Amino acid sequence: MAMLNSLGFILGTTLMYATPLLFTSLGGVMSENSGVVNIGLEGMMTFGAFAAATVGYFSGNPWLGFLAGGLASGFLGFLHALACVTFAANQVVSGIAINFLGPGLALFLSRKFFDGATMTYNLPIEMKMPKYFNNMLPEGTFVRQVLNQDISVFMAFTLVLLIWFLLYRTKLGLRIRAVGEHPKAADTLGVNVSRIRYLCVILSGVFAGFGGASMSLAVASNFFQTLISGQGFIALAAMIFGKWKPHGAMVACLIFGCAQAMTIFIGGTGLRVPQEFLSMAPYILTLVILMGFVGRAVAPASDGIPYIKDES
Amino acid sequence: MIRKTGVLLLAVMLLAPFAGPAFAKDMKAAMVTDVGGINDQSFNQSAWAGMERVRDELGIEVVYMESNQEADYAPNLETLYDQENDLIWGIGFMMGDKVREAAEINPEQKYACIDMFYQDPPKNLVGVNFKEQECAFLVGYIAGKMSKVNKVGFVGGMDFDVIHRFHYGFMAGVKTANPECEVLVQYAGAFDDVTKGKSIANQMYQKGADIVFHAAGFTGTGVIEAAKENNRYAIGVDMDQNFLAPDNVITSAVKRVDNGIFNVTRDLKEGKFAGGGNVVYGLAEGGVDIAPTSDKHVPKAILDEVALLKKDVISGKVKVPANKTEYEEVFK
Repeated sequence: MAMLNSLGFILGTTLMYATPLLFTSLGGVMSENSGVVNIGLEGMMTFGAFAAATVGYFSGNPWLGFLAGGLASGFLGFLHALACVTFAANQVVSGIAINFLGPGLALFLSRKFFDGATMTYNLPIEMKMPKYFNNMLPEGTFVRQVLNQDISVFMAFTLVLLIWFLLYRTKLGLRIRAVGEHPKAADTLGVNVSRIRYLCVILSGVFAGFGGASMSLAVASNFFQTLISGQGFIALAAMIFGKWKPHGAMVACLIFGCAQAMTIFIGGTGLRVPQEFLSMAPYILTLVILMGFVGRAVAPASDGIPYIKDES
Repeated sequence: MIRKTGVLLLAVMLLAPFAGPAFAKDMKAAMVTDVGGINDQSFNQSAWAGMERVRDELGIEVVYMESNQEADYAPNLETLYDQENDLIWGIGFMMGDKVREAAEINPEQKYACIDMFYQDPPKNLVGVNFKEQECAFLVGYIAGKMSKVNKVGFVGGMDFDVIHRFHYGFMAGVKTANPECEVLVQYAGAFDDVTKGKSIANQMYQKGADIVFHAAGFTGTGVIEAAKENNRYAIGVDMDQNFLAPDNVITSAVKRVDNGIFNVTRDLKEGKFAGGGNVVYGLAEGGVDIAPTSDKHVPKAILDEVALLKKDVISGKVKVPANKTEYEEVFK
């Protein structure tokens, strides 16, 4: 029974940890499959988290907040697309700029809206993302420990399925991948390369914003300066480890979440492991597993290369 | 003409220092915030509240400078030095070393730093510390009395002295109230990881604990989040955190940074600046306390016992352990 309880805790915590990463990682998958490197995920996630918490607070509706988080980051995605697609700028530089812009904008606006505070006001529990299974599952059981999650958790995993279907089973998906692999060939066949890239980069912002929103509206209940602190970069790494595929990113996020859950579990047992090692463990474990079990990761062939239409 | 004015100006400048009290400028005090900023609803904000009291009650002019990153500490201290303040405050142990450096370079300028215990500080520097163990002891007592299952939890931020004072003070309080009560302890290793704070508290609640105390900064907001979602109790830290979850935060171990700032600045005005050493504020000096909202959830009978306990701590009848060694001397 104690075993089952521990297992329930570890699985449940894994899901909670993986969700914000997963949303953001899927954003990376979208952008990079169309050939635009997006290291601005961190900044987008931060700004999304802020927008979600703010709109959630003032409207009292978590769903509006969640949507606002996506839209706000989608706007940053649009800026990234503007720089990278229209002006063929260096995509890494633009991404870094977004990583400065996102948190900066969030703090600036937070001071405007919340009487000079760099954190948004706390949401009461009924204004957070709902937990639909809270009352349906019997108290204290294994199933409840695992599945008593915020609705955003289930949304993230549904999104994996949707994006997988979009990329590998639809015409649009084929075009996205073609643009990422060989934009010139796609262009010759009449695919509008910049339109596809715009779509994907904006969507990548929207998903990163959802990731941020799932932090500020579900895991926590407000936005503050260090809420995201690095998760966007971990999501980026998860996407690369997942070989630029939605299901790969999912596995990577789950491994990372599981490693985190394990450290918390071990820290709660009587084992005398130094805190520093426990804090390091998720990163090391993730590296080891991914080095050992994931083969060579190959990016889409034209990832990171601006496409300039040859007019001659 | 120009030369005449010049001579006159020079004369005024030379004579000014001898002009005496008629020209004495008002006292000025300034503070440099930690990276949280002035409105962090925590540490820095509390410090500024103290400065505002200094302004209103002592008539001292006050200003602050915000640090956006650690690299800003030194330049901010430098700027305030140039503005000729009578006292410059550093808020938080993170800038403790920078404040000391500044104090050593400018021996005529007075400095003070919150949460920093200096070894042999220069004459113009004072470290201001709090007896966190005493407020933790009181909230521990409340937890020990209120736990229905004889199991409570403590979530620490990082593993160092200030947090140890909270940790062992709390343990002592729990055991004083109820020797049978078990205390689950876990450190998060971070002050800014909400997810981790929430997971750790979730685990403690799943193991049956019904009250969890945190001394973990923003990581602790995760603990309070877990209390909300599991419908259990939590105890806040540093400030009255009841507003984060009015139904779940039963009390908080409050650290009155504002009182620390006020007392030291007042002492300076009265010519009693404690430079070259450290001051430590506990229950007796109003440096720490339990939250004023405690009466919302804690029964009056328990609060009365806490009030008695408080007297005993102040009188020295009860000595609260501040670290593991001291704790183990008293308990088991």
